[in-house]
Amino acid sequence: MAANKRIMKELGDINSQPPAGCTINLPNESDINNWEVTMQGPPESVYADGHFKIHVSLPKDYPFKPPGISFKTKIYHPNVSNDDRGAMCLGMLRPDEWKPPNKIKDVLALVRTVLAAPQPDDAVETGIAEQFKNDKAAFENNARDWVERYAKGA
Amino acid sequence: MDSDIEDFNSVASSDGFVEDGGSSFGGDDSDVQIDDDFGDDAAFETQEKDLKAKKKHFEVDFSVYSPQDIQDQQDKQVDEVAGLLEQPKESTAILLRYFRWNKERLIEQYMDNQEEVLSKAGLGQDMTTSPPRIEIKDDFMCDICCEDGPGLETFAMKCEHRFCTDCYRQYLAQKIKEEGEAARIKCPGDGCNSIVDSKSLDLMVTPDLTDRYHELLMRTYVDDKESLKWCPAPNCVYAVECGVKKRDLNRIVPTVTCDAKHGFCFGCTLADHQPCPCSLVKKWLKKCEDDSETANWISANTKECPKCGSTIEKNGGCNHMTCRKCRNEFCWMCMGLWSEHGTSWYNCNRYEEKSGTEARDSQAKSRQSLERYLHYYNRYANHEQSAKLDKDIFHKTEKKMTLLQSSSNMSWIEVQFLESASKALQQCRQTLKWTYAFAYYLARNNQTEIFEDNQKDLEMAVENLSEMFEKQPDQLAGLKVQMMDKTAYCNQRHIILLDDTAKNLKEENWQFNTTLS
Ligand SMILES: [Zn+2]
Ligand SMILES: [Zn+2]
Ligand SMILES: [Zn+2]
Ligand SMILES: [Zn+2]
Ligand SMILES: [Zn+2]
Ligand SMILES: [Zn+2]
Repeated sequence: MAANKRIMKELGDINSQPPAGCTINLPNESDINNWEVTMQGPPESVYADGHFKIHVSLPKDYPFKPPGISFKTKIYHPNVSNDDRGAMCLGMLRPDEWKPPNKIKDVLALVRTVLAAPQPDDAVETGIAEQFKNDKAAFENNARDWVERYAKGA
Repeated sequence: MDSDIEDFNSVASSDGFVEDGGSSFGGDDSDVQIDDDFGDDAAFETQEKDLKAKKKHFEVDFSVYSPQDIQDQQDKQVDEVAGLLEQPKESTAILLRYFRWNKERLIEQYMDNQEEVLSKAGLGQDMTTSPPRIEIKDDFMCDICCEDGPGLETFAMKCEHRFCTDCYRQYLAQKIKEEGEAARIKCPGDGCNSIVDSKSLDLMVTPDLTDRYHELLMRTYVDDKESLKWCPAPNCVYAVECGVKKRDLNRIVPTVTCDAKHGFCFGCTLADHQPCPCSLVKKWLKKCEDDSETANWISANTKECPKCGSTIEKNGGCNHMTCRKCRNEFCWMCMGLWSEHGTSWYNCNRYEEKSGTEARDSQAKSRQSLERYLHYYNRYANHEQSAKLDKDIFHKTEKKMTLLQSSSNMSWIEVQFLESASKALQQCRQTLKWTYAFAYYLARNNQTEIFEDNQKDLEMAVENLSEMFEKQPDQLAGLKVQMMDKTAYCNQRHIILLDDTAKNLKEENWQFNTTLS
């Protein structure tokens, strides 16, 4: 398959030049469509001390279809769903926005940007978004607390 | 019955689509279009006078188009504008699609800044001197599949986002096949907003997708025009044109019918919901969804006889129940004596506010409002359910009739009266159903009582007809004349109710207990 060559190239590029704060693993060496990313929280952010496991799944039509992103580590953030899917809603992953030349490293860079600067108007967790807008101190407390509880393992 | 109608009914019956059999909406004078000034009162009145002789208040003018008609319309507009802009038809079509078929806006902006318009629509290069073509480039690696072999065929529009032809094709195929895009597919290049023009598409779209692609172009033409809509029935090919605008929807319920006899509301494309205006339909459906838990218990198919308590199952559409054990005749809706329903005492459809018991605390108030809602929901749901049961019975009867025909000397033409009766029942129940949603939002005044009287008359006529419908096939032959009379009467009451409600809606005479959004 043509897609394999592309994925292998991305894997190679990303390993020789990993995006800031990220390390990539294949949980199953023979399955190049499922990646496990460990992302360090962006410095200067409330998540700075945390290490977040993110599952990247590449559909069989990748790169014509966008990859799926899900947080395996719980995170207190307006744009990440607080359930076992840990879904993050990113504009560039929408079918009408995704373009096949887009790379996973671009996606990861965007994920990290959104961690540093939440987008409360585009939230999946509206409660957290409200708090982020109206009571920043309480939001930061909760976010740090969750980092302490869930994101210090790795 | 022709096969695609049958298919439609079986698929869509849960959405409540009803074939339009009895009354004819619009019809032959369909070329009389309500013009753009429809919302303007003066125009409204004149129009009304002009058409009074031919048209009922609940009817709107509309035209039905086949796919060929739509194609012809597009071609005609392309020809017209191509002449004006002095552009080839090909490019004009792209420009029109880019401007969502808004001719005036296209011409205005084109006259203003030709270069900019052309480049925005993806026509920046002169298509005739350098048409798009497939090329082989040295030292090329496709940024999508990462192939870089010698002799790799590549393609790019003038934005120079170049990919191998396999990737370009697969990208287009996915947009067309899976995402249903056609007129405004963007270049696959990262962040590039250039629209893939139709010359490039002709070159790159594989033959197996051409039909789908042209079908989609047609779809966007209709979707882009406010006065055109596709018939919402599954797999129906017709489009309907109607001049009723969004802002008119609080004063008119534009029910239209395609050439395959699917009746639907042009305003919201739901199944026919006369006499209830679109905004109330939306509110009502939302409410029913929110309150479905509370309301579930009432749509159950069994109840207890109010006299002896034995369980009675409802298996026809008729609400006139007779207890098998004690012979008590009662009304399924209100559980009252049926004998009272034929007289002036009948008030099954009317919700009586319990005047003696003033609702003092909030709990009593919310109980009262729930009771009121249930009164209307109960009847709404019951007509929906009954329409289904009526239809089941009709299908069973139809089968039996075929047998009967071979044993008696009735011809097929003669048993058609059953089909007319069935259609009348379906349509009237569809309307009755929505009269209850309408009534729920009506404020109480004298006018409401006239409405309830019309509702009651239609309901009684329908229940009478529905009751005859449940008779055994061997009895039906003898009931033919009577049934035809009842069918005609139902249709007549149906028109009276719709016309009166529509007239008052047009004249804004109804008072609602909610705002029409
Ligand atoms: Zn390629
Ligand atoms: Zn481009
Ligand atoms: Zn249709
Ligand atoms: Zn409607
Ligand atoms: Zn009984
Ligand atoms: Zn009753």
